[in-house]
Amino acid sequence: MDVGVDQKKPSLEVADGAAFQFLGVGKSFFGVPVLKDVSLTLKPGSVLGLVGENGAGKSTLMNVMGGVLRPDAGRMLLRGAPYAPQGPGDARAAGIGFIHQELNLFTNLSVAENMFIESFPTLGRTPAIDRRRMAERTREHLSQIGLEISPGALVETLSPGERQLVEIAKVLAMQPRIFIFDEPTTSLTAKETGLLFEIIRKLRTRGTSIIYISHILGHVAELADEVAVLRNGEVVTTGPALEHPVPRMISCMVGRDLKSFFPPKVSRPEEEVLLRIDGLSQPGIVRDIDLTVHKGEIVGLFGLMGSGRTELARMIFGVDRYERGTVRLGDGLLPPGNPRVAIERGMAFVTENRREEGLLMSVSIADNIGLVALPEFARAITGHLRRRRLQAATEQKAQELRIKATSYQEQPVKSLSGGNQQKVVVAKWLLAAPRILLVDEPTRGIDVGAKYDVYTIIGELARQGSGVLYISSELEELLALADRILVVNRGELVGQFERSEFAEERVMRAAFRQGEEVPT
Amino acid sequence: MRAIETRFFRALLKNTTFILFVVVFVVFGLLARNFLTLGNLQVILSNSSYIGIITVGMTFVLLVGGIDLSVGSIMYLSAVATSVVVNDLELSPWLGVVACLAVGLAFGAFNAFAVTKLGIVPFIATLVTMIAGRGLGLLVTQSVQLDFPDSITLLATVRLGGVQLNILIYALVVGLAALFLAWTPWGRRLYAAGNDLEAARKAGLKVARIIGSTYVVSGICAALGGFVSIAQIGRVPASFGRNSEFDAIAAAVLGGVSLFGGVGTVFPGALLGTVMIRVIQAGLVAKNVDIYIQPIIMGAIIFFAVLLDALRNLQLKKLGRRNIMKLEA
Repeated sequence: MDVGVDQKKPSLEVADGAAFQFLGVGKSFFGVPVLKDVSLTLKPGSVLGLVGENGAGKSTLMNVMGGVLRPDAGRMLLRGAPYAPQGPGDARAAGIGFIHQELNLFTNLSVAENMFIESFPTLGRTPAIDRRRMAERTREHLSQIGLEISPGALVETLSPGERQLVEIAKVLAMQPRIFIFDEPTTSLTAKETGLLFEIIRKLRTRGTSIIYISHILGHVAELADEVAVLRNGEVVTTGPALEHPVPRMISCMVGRDLKSFFPPKVSRPEEEVLLRIDGLSQPGIVRDIDLTVHKGEIVGLFGLMGSGRTELARMIFGVDRYERGTVRLGDGLLPPGNPRVAIERGMAFVTENRREEGLLMSVSIADNIGLVALPEFARAITGHLRRRRLQAATEQKAQELRIKATSYQEQPVKSLSGGNQQKVVVAKWLLAAPRILLVDEPTRGIDVGAKYDVYTIIGELARQGSGVLYISSELEELLALADRILVVNRGELVGQFERSEFAEERVMRAAFRQGEEVPT
Repeated sequence: MRAIETRFFRALLKNTTFILFVVVFVVFGLLARNFLTLGNLQVILSNSSYIGIITVGMTFVLLVGGIDLSVGSIMYLSAVATSVVVNDLELSPWLGVVACLAVGLAFGAFNAFAVTKLGIVPFIATLVTMIAGRGLGLLVTQSVQLDFPDSITLLATVRLGGVQLNILIYALVVGLAALFLAWTPWGRRLYAAGNDLEAARKAGLKVARIIGSTYVVSGICAALGGFVSIAQIGRVPASFGRNSEFDAIAAAVLGGVSLFGGVGTVFPGALLGTVMIRVIQAGLVAKNVDIYIQPIIMGAIIFFAVLLDALRNLQLKKLGRRNIMKLEA
């Protein structure tokens, strides 16, 4: 079972001078163990990179540490003293700052109010908020992380990256001695990510201990002093980062050797044009977009965050309107602003924002997968469903995608981990066997194994004759999967590369328009 | 071009209250000449005060995403309590005021308990208070109209610096509420809870206490509004306060308070909304509009206000999306 790393497994010893220790921590949900005998040591003034597949138990472990969940077994030591938080408040009081993956900001309040929502400074003994002091202190905290926004700005006017940084500044203001970052970079631009890393390094030199959780293993390798890999609720290996280069992390995470990150390429484009877009324009968003997707072709649409790629996909699918231009699917024009027609004609759209747009969270996995293809499982005249056939089909897709769940029919989607949720979104559209599939960042925030499954499925779909428009900001995956890459920058197509011309640097240069400053 | 249009549209949605306010004034000013005189305006403001006070309380509840249907019944119950104290027990009118507010507080606290501790949906919890509360009041009065002595009604004639007492009370309530909402931790946390309950909980805010407090405020405001009304008219029929909840909700929504929670103000929002509703109602009367048509028009206006609220919510979300080309400028 274990990948020959038993000797690296830490013993159940209390280490002197440790900032934090898990000793044999275990936790089960409904009898299913999620954490098994986890022992980890966090050293003062160091960064521990915590990696693992979706559902490996990282979140559960952090929730135990953050006082959200109580462990069934084992104990924890905070600077050598027993630590058993009864709630998130206890963890905070103990100096543990937790930056959650999803933001906890109030969009209708100002940045300063968000920072001090738990303890507003007041004017003397009165109940009135001392706004001037609050603004000053907010400015200090913001300047610490190099963020130049007004303390009075409403959060709803900020970009996703700025919001994330505000959240970080907020936790920073509590001056925690231990910091937990859970996927902090998902909504950050390259520049903002650099900023964050600087902050983390600065914290480390001040003696703060940091747990850094991410699926971007390159970031983990760059930042971490120590690495711990979790798999199925167990610590597979832990030790100095130098002994854990990215390939080793991956093989420990998945428990098998992935030959590479990407499956072999199977798609081969044909002559027939499935999707043709001419002169698509919407002022302020995109300008004069021409593009085609052929049968069996995977066209990569590469662009940085905020370049207009998502908006373009939404227009093609008909969710957003456009002022000029045409979208042609097969021989027929698609009417603008009508996703229903697009779906009927065989278009599918896997959105970037699965929580808000793609899933019914409290409905079962199988029902979610069956949603789009439902009409195909209806009886001819009465229209009622062929339940058994639907059930078989959804089960099969779920298995193909290796969705981890105890029951596809019973378990609601919200109980799945992020990567498995994303697989459900993909499965839903695949069941309808679309002619044209638009996918927007299908692998964001999911682990290597799940990514591999998603790549395989998309490649297979193209091999069977579908056309795929694959939007991504991870160039590597496009270089591996796509037959052609188009580059968007600020709403315009600025480059096109055939597979024979693929070179990371050239595509990147096009995306940045010849090495301009990174746009934010 | 389109960017300007977008900005314009956004500004329009953010300022619907002001625009509506101006439109209502202009329309009724034109339709019914001599309607918008200074004297008439003071009458309107004076008549607005009781529903205005209730609307302030309602605004608190709406801000945390709740609703309070029981304000009309609380008005009646607290009026009954006042009557018991001053008529039956023949005690001082000041004790009458205390009894009135105490009843408001008690029923507000009951609503708070039902919503936060028992976890009953606000709509149902306050609906129960509304029905049972009125029943309780009628049980005491046997549906007989209550008349109040001069000691109470004379309060309505008191003027301070030439301004009627009820207008002053209204101004005081609006001022206090606005201060609390904008300047105290409690006020800002109320907005936070209305914006994202889950995040508020995670931030360690005492969400139940915050939400509960709004029902208490609403109960007290309903009682106070009821008292102001008693002082003005001197008698309380069995139907006293009926449908006030709808006037208050409509006024708040017209004033830009969102039914989705987290958005809106007491000043100027709820105040403008209240005056608007009153101007419309008085205008319809002044124009001699058929009394069966009036509720239809009121209904249409409330529908329109709620529709605007929904549109605003949707549109601001959409327009809030990143505009890519703007980066070039």
